[in-house]
Amino acid sequence: MGQQALNGIFVGSIYALFAVGYTLVFGVLDILNLAHQAIFMLAAFLALALVEAHLPLFVAMPVAIVAAGLIGIVLERVAFRPLRDRADSNISGLISSLAMATVFEAIAMQVFGPDISRFPLGTFPDRVIRVGSASASLLQVVIVAIALLLMAVLTVLLARTQLGRQIRAVAESPRAARILGVNVNRVIAAAFFLSSALGGAAGVLFALAFNSISPDVGRGVELKGLAVIILGGMGSIPGAVVAGFALGLLETFTVARFGSSFRDAVSFGVLIAVLLARPRGLFGQAAVREG
Amino acid sequence: MRFAKWSLLIVALVAGCKDNAPESPKEGAAAAPATIKIGAALSLTGPAASYGQQQKAGLAAALDELNAAGGPKIELLIEDDASTKEQGITVFQKFINRDKVAAIIGPTLSNTASAADPIAQQSGVPVLAVSNTAAKGITDIGDRIWRDSLTEAQVIPGALKKAQQKLGFKTAGVLYGNDDVFTKAGYDVMQKALVDQGIKEIGTQTFAKADRDYHAQLTALIAQKPDALVVSALADNAAAIVSQARQQGWTGPILGGNGFNSPAFIKNAGPAAEGVLAGTSWDSSSQSAVNQRFLKAMAKKGVNPDQFSAQAYTGLYILAEAIKQAGGKGSRDDITAGLAKVKDLDTPLGKFSFTAGRDAQHEPSVQIVKDGKFQIVQ
Repeated sequence: MGQQALNGIFVGSIYALFAVGYTLVFGVLDILNLAHQAIFMLAAFLALALVEAHLPLFVAMPVAIVAAGLIGIVLERVAFRPLRDRADSNISGLISSLAMATVFEAIAMQVFGPDISRFPLGTFPDRVIRVGSASASLLQVVIVAIALLLMAVLTVLLARTQLGRQIRAVAESPRAARILGVNVNRVIAAAFFLSSALGGAAGVLFALAFNSISPDVGRGVELKGLAVIILGGMGSIPGAVVAGFALGLLETFTVARFGSSFRDAVSFGVLIAVLLARPRGLFGQAAVREG
Repeated sequence: MRFAKWSLLIVALVAGCKDNAPESPKEGAAAAPATIKIGAALSLTGPAASYGQQQKAGLAAALDELNAAGGPKIELLIEDDASTKEQGITVFQKFINRDKVAAIIGPTLSNTASAADPIAQQSGVPVLAVSNTAAKGITDIGDRIWRDSLTEAQVIPGALKKAQQKLGFKTAGVLYGNDDVFTKAGYDVMQKALVDQGIKEIGTQTFAKADRDYHAQLTALIAQKPDALVVSALADNAAAIVSQARQQGWTGPILGGNGFNSPAFIKNAGPAAEGVLAGTSWDSSSQSAVNQRFLKAMAKKGVNPDQFSAQAYTGLYILAEAIKQAGGKGSRDDITAGLAKVKDLDTPLGKFSFTAGRDAQHEPSVQIVKDGKFQIVQ
C-alpha cells in the first residue's frame, strides 16, 4: 500500500511537471501546443548526449532544460507568431505545432536512431532509501523534489514578479495588456520559454527515471498530460499539479487492484466522470485568471 | 529504373521456372556437382543486426572447416534481409531464381520467415531456419522447411524445470507483455510449464510494449511474496523490468523467456541483471569435442559466440550431413531427402536430430547472469 502510494507520487510528479508547462501556454494563448511532447523528448536526448560527452549530470541537466526553453522560443516564432493575427489561429496553431512535433521527432530519429537509447550505467548513484515498509531509490526522491521545486518556482514567479504579472495580464486580454504598455510578443515568448523548460525538465527526469529514450517517447506522456490539464481545468496551474498527482496515484492503484490491462480504462473513465460533474475540470477556468 | 528492375525479376522468374523443370533427382546421379550453392538470408542490419552478425561468423567458421575437410565443395552466398519481411522476400527470390541455390539458411527472424519461406516451399527449395523460435507458422509452412533452433515452447519448460531443481521455488509471480505475439505466446508456454512443474502462479500482471514504468505491477507482484518472478518480455522491456524490480528491493530469482537471451539485455540492465535466469538452446560450457572446436574457431575470428552463432554453425554442418546422406548429391530434392536422414549428429548444440515435424530436437540448458556474463547452470 505504502509502496504503491510512493510509486504513484513518483510518476505523478512527472505528469504534473509536464502538464504545468502544457497548461501554461494554454492559459496564455488558448492554444494547445502539440509540440510540447517533442520538446520533452528533445531535452531528454540532449541531456543524454551531454552525459555521453562526459559532462556531469548536474551540469547536463540544467543545460538541457535551458536549451529546451530556447527551443520553445524558436517554436513560438516559427509555429505560432506568424499565425497569431489570423482569424482561425487556434486551429492553425494546433496544426502547425503538430507539424513542428513531427519535424522534431524526425530530427531525433536521424540523430539518435529509432532504437531505445539509455543513460550509461552509474549516471546517477544507485541508492535505495527505506520509508517504513516501502522503499524508494534516491533518484526517485530527487526527481519528486526537483519537480516540486520547479512547480513552486513557477507559482512564485507568476504570483510575485513583474514578468508573472505581465503573463497573467496577457492571459486575461492581450489587447488590454498591449494598451497598458506590455510588450505582448515578448511576454508570450517568455511564457513559451518557461513552458518548454518545464516540459524539458520533465523529459530529462522521465528519461533518468525509466532510462529509456526514443524519438516517440513523448507521445504516451502527451496523452496523459492532456488528460491531466483537462482534469485540472484548462489553463489552471494548481489544477495541473493536483490532477497530475491524482492521475499518477489513480493509475498505480488501478494496476495494483485490477491489473494493468485496466489502467487506461479507469484513468480515462474517471476523466469522463469528472468532466460530466464539472465540465471545466477540477479547478475551473476562473482560477486561471488569478494565476 | 523501377520498370527495369521488375522486368528483370520477371525474366529471372521465368528463367527460374524453366531451369527447375528438368531438374529431377536422377540427373545429378552421374557426377557429383563440383560446388553446391547455399544461400544465407541474415539480418545484418536493422533491429536484429546483433543476431545476424553472430550468425554470419558462425557460418563462416563452419564453411572454412567443411571445405578444408574435403567432400563436395560448398559455396555460401550471404545476403542481408534487413530484419524486414519485404527485403527477406527479395533475397529469397534472388537466391532461388538468379543464384539457383540448392538450399537456404535463415532468415534470422520468425516474422521474416513467415513471409519468405512459402516462396521457397513453392519452388521446392529446402530452407533450414537457424534462429526462428515461433512455435507456429514456420515448419508447418511445408515439407521443405526445417529448423535447428528450439522453439520457445521447447526451451521454457526445460529451463523452468532445471531452474526449479536448482532453486526449489514453489510459487511464482508472472509479468508479461500482452500486446505482442511473441511475449504473449511465451506467457502461454510459461503458464503451462508452471502448472506442469507444480509451481503456483500466485500473481499475474501485464504491460504494453510502449510502457516504461513497471513499478506498480512489480510492487503488486512482490507484495504477494512469490518465490520467483517469471517474465516474458522483449529485450528492451526486460532490461527495464529487471532494473526496476531490483530497485524495489527484489533479490529473489527472475526467470526470463527468450527475449532475455541477448548480451544486449545484460549490457542495458547492468548489475541488476546479476542472478537472472534464462533458457538457452546452446550449452556454452559443454566439453564435447565438437563444441570445443566451435569455441576455438570463434576465438580465432575474434567473436564472442552466443546461441545464434552456435545454431548457424550447426546449420551448415546439418546441410553438409544431409548432402552426405544423399550420397554426395546436392540438388534441392537430394538435400530435402538427406535432411530427413540426419540423426544424432554431433554438434555444438548436442546430439542433433529432427522431430517428425522437422523441428529441432535436443536438450535445452539454463544460463544465469554472473559477473556480467551468461553462465550455464550445471
